[in-house]
Amino acid sequence: MKFAVVVFPGSNCDHDAYYAVKHVLGQDAAFVWHKDTSLAGADVVILPGGFAHGDYLRTGAIARFSPIMQAVRRFADVGGPVLGICNGFQVLLEAGLLPGAMLRNRSVKFQCEHVFVRVEQTDTPFSTACRQGQVLKIPIAHGEGNYYAEPAVVERLEQNRQVIFRYTTAAGAATPDANPNGSVNNIAGLCSEARNVVGLMPHPERACELAIGSADGLVVLESAVKSVTRGAFAAAG
Amino acid sequence: MKRISDELVQQHGLTRDEYARILEMLGREPTLTELGIFSVMWSEHCSYKSSRVHLKKLPTTGRRVLQGPGENAGAVDIGDGLAAVFKIESHNHPSFIEPYQGAATGVGGIIRDIFTMGARPIALLNSLRFGPLDDPLVRRTFAGVVAGIAGYGNSIGIPTVGGEIAFDDSYTGNPLVNVFCLGIARADEIVKGVASGVGNAVYYVGAKTGRDGIHGATMASAEFDEKSAEKRPAVQVGDPFMEKLLLEACLEVMRSGALVGIQDMGAAGLTCSTCEMGSRGGAGVTIDVSLVPQRESGMTPYEIMLSESQERMLLVVRRGREAEVERIFEKWDLHASRIGEVTADGRLCVKHHGEVVADIPNAALTDAAPVYRRPMAEPSYLAEARQLSLGSLGAPPPPREVFRRLLVSPAVASKQWVYRQYDHMVRTNTLVVPGMGAGVVRVKGTTRALAMSVDGNGRFVYLDPFLGAELAVAEAARNVACTGAQPIGATNCLNFGSPERPEIMWQFARAVEGMGAACRALDIPITGGNVSLYNETDRRAVLPTPVLGVVGLLEDAATVVRRAFRNDGDAIVLLGTGRGELGGSEYLKVIHGLVRGVPPALDLEIEAALQRLLVKGVAAGLIRSAHDCAEGGLAVTLAECCFNTGLGASVDVPPVDGEATFEAVATLFGESASRAVVSVDATRAAELVAMAEAAGVPAAIVGRAGGERIRIAIAGHIAIDEPLAEAEDIWSYAIGRYFDRPRAVA
Repeated sequence: MKFAVVVFPGSNCDHDAYYAVKHVLGQDAAFVWHKDTSLAGADVVILPGGFAHGDYLRTGAIARFSPIMQAVRRFADVGGPVLGICNGFQVLLEAGLLPGAMLRNRSVKFQCEHVFVRVEQTDTPFSTACRQGQVLKIPIAHGEGNYYAEPAVVERLEQNRQVIFRYTTAAGAATPDANPNGSVNNIAGLCSEARNVVGLMPHPERACELAIGSADGLVVLESAVKSVTRGAFAAAG
Repeated sequence: MKRISDELVQQHGLTRDEYARILEMLGREPTLTELGIFSVMWSEHCSYKSSRVHLKKLPTTGRRVLQGPGENAGAVDIGDGLAAVFKIESHNHPSFIEPYQGAATGVGGIIRDIFTMGARPIALLNSLRFGPLDDPLVRRTFAGVVAGIAGYGNSIGIPTVGGEIAFDDSYTGNPLVNVFCLGIARADEIVKGVASGVGNAVYYVGAKTGRDGIHGATMASAEFDEKSAEKRPAVQVGDPFMEKLLLEACLEVMRSGALVGIQDMGAAGLTCSTCEMGSRGGAGVTIDVSLVPQRESGMTPYEIMLSESQERMLLVVRRGREAEVERIFEKWDLHASRIGEVTADGRLCVKHHGEVVADIPNAALTDAAPVYRRPMAEPSYLAEARQLSLGSLGAPPPPREVFRRLLVSPAVASKQWVYRQYDHMVRTNTLVVPGMGAGVVRVKGTTRALAMSVDGNGRFVYLDPFLGAELAVAEAARNVACTGAQPIGATNCLNFGSPERPEIMWQFARAVEGMGAACRALDIPITGGNVSLYNETDRRAVLPTPVLGVVGLLEDAATVVRRAFRNDGDAIVLLGTGRGELGGSEYLKVIHGLVRGVPPALDLEIEAALQRLLVKGVAAGLIRSAHDCAEGGLAVTLAECCFNTGLGASVDVPPVDGEATFEAVATLFGESASRAVVSVDATRAAELVAMAEAAGVPAAIVGRAGGERIRIAIAGHIAIDEPLAEAEDIWSYAIGRYFDRPRAVA
């Protein structure tokens, strides 16, 4: 199975995603340059973390114009599994592949720390190997991860069960204190209406080995393997 | 007619004698551009004219050293055909004038030094000094510096894995911002900053040149006064995205084999990079500044040569491979401009639209730059300040109160408020996160890991420059050894006041001697570094602050040890001997407001034995946690081993000799060197003690980890007995509280 890791010039978690897929998960992985127009036959696409084009304007605002994003959109349109992590999530929001926007963290500071997220739904290609309600310890590292959408949009997201990950305590309670950045409804990650595009602020690729603090994120990537192997989300690359 | 007036010479920070030398070397009056070039290259910052004679005394060679001082960074062999490339540098003056940008561009500069060597940067550390946080101006500086470091490092994707922060009144008007970067290169592919091969093209790549930072190097070579705020235009603005592009593109160009040499344009910009590359390669460089990409119109050759605009590189490319190099830069949306070529004459020749505006032998700017043996005199404060009569202080507060006050002292308190702002996990190598002593990163593709620590104690150096510098080396190396890593190399950043004052020069010389002595005894060569002088405001110097960055090699990354206790019931073993030394301690500063006395004694043989024991004990799987005893002494060290673990501790230690009323505080808070608190499986504690004794290191089983309290008894009498949760709570939020509380003053 082949994962494509899209590389924008300011991506800086591209190597981490590649390493997690290739060396921890043992799957095939390839970098795809943002100026390319094809995903080279990938089964899964990852938009990694970083600062795609410096992000001085607005996170991900320029990345959506990169040539590769047309290929990502086509891939997503036909049901291909797409995972946006941190800046990748922000790019998906800017590209309109997911609804809503990111505000600066409530603390008005960059925050890098381990947080807990609860798996809300398991019927997406990036949560299918999880248990419903499972609490994962995964780090965040962002300055703009305060998810916002208009109340009507949030209501629809909740009704459609599009909220996939929610910030909680270690015990799984979605309290205000467990919300690291002020995201509406403690939303840490969500999926598209068709459920194949998933974005989340925490970094599962940084939580794939106990030696570096947690292996809880591995299940997110394993979900992709499981779902593609099962053919549940078959797509034309 | 004389074009260069005496006043102009003086404005350029050149003395009359120095100017006379310029006339002699050129055999004529310099042009204005030439005067500017001399002024920056002969500035203290670039020429090390006051420090060079002393720095020669440092040990710089060793079996692992691949590159010593003189290049953009040092390099040591770490096995598997790989090299660790590292260096520390200061950005003190810019960080006072504009904290965010000053600190950010400091990070940018040190990262360029590392990737210029062909290394992929994988870790950052920083050593910071500020005035007391009660001062709103200091809080602004502190918050700005931290945000600047975060803003740059996070964006470019290099984790900040550790560092240290201390506070003293003397840093109020002159904070210290020292940044350290480490990268990994193939040992046989280290790239140098040389220009060679007559006719090879010289390329400029990166950000356009503007008028920012002109005379930054000269600014860093003068003291601050009330007019310093007016120097703001001399501080540059950082663009981490541009640097990220440069980093990736330059590494790609290096892999292509089309490169002869490369250097970043840091202090003294285009001037320094052209003459230094030519000098190292035994060649000359001719450039035409009209070909340099410019951000502003109407820039003169003088301004272009002296600009310190950030994120710029100078490259020498092999003849015939120019198109290949240009293509790589274009892939990254960078434009490489051919601005000149390598010549045979050993001169820096600068043209402007073809007309020569400067023509100087490289040697005049580099090797033949002035060197001073400045007068030295033992400072008058010293004899008095070294006197410490505990009896005159009255009775000390009860140990419990001292313990609590030390835990909330910003130097001791948790730096989580700071480290949370740094991305310390990107690249997924971080085995030990910031705030835990040395930072540790694994080296992917090998079984190894690298530990690194930056340390320095200005109070100790103030009270005894030789011993204080020895202690800095010992502490940095001990922090590294506590993770199980063998110290293999070091880099230094020497922050002092004005070298024109004999007492400062004396501090400097003595500190360098002490540093050299300790590095020799511990077998840690210094592969490069940086000197920052003129750290003064209104003629008040900062505490003399030499900072040591030590790098250690851990053969098996899986054996890495952290400071935190691991298991309920593990035995706590104290390695080394407490002698109740309170001179220069955090206790004296916090409780009595004093910087006095004699710093702790250091026996380098015992220190070396302790470090060898730590490495051996970790490798043998015996030591489960290890933490160096430093600020706040044994009591604070023990508490730090408990924090973030949920495990308390109960120990009983023997009293130290000394004044009876101070027996308890000296035992608990004295800062004797060469000590570490380690934990070990209770059934194997005796084994560790035996191993220590065989190694000549005093060791005693003092108690056990576990429970919900931190309990310290002295010879059976309880001195401290605090709930862990409470102690951890006050320690955790002590720094955040300075910033989160409602603002009382504008």
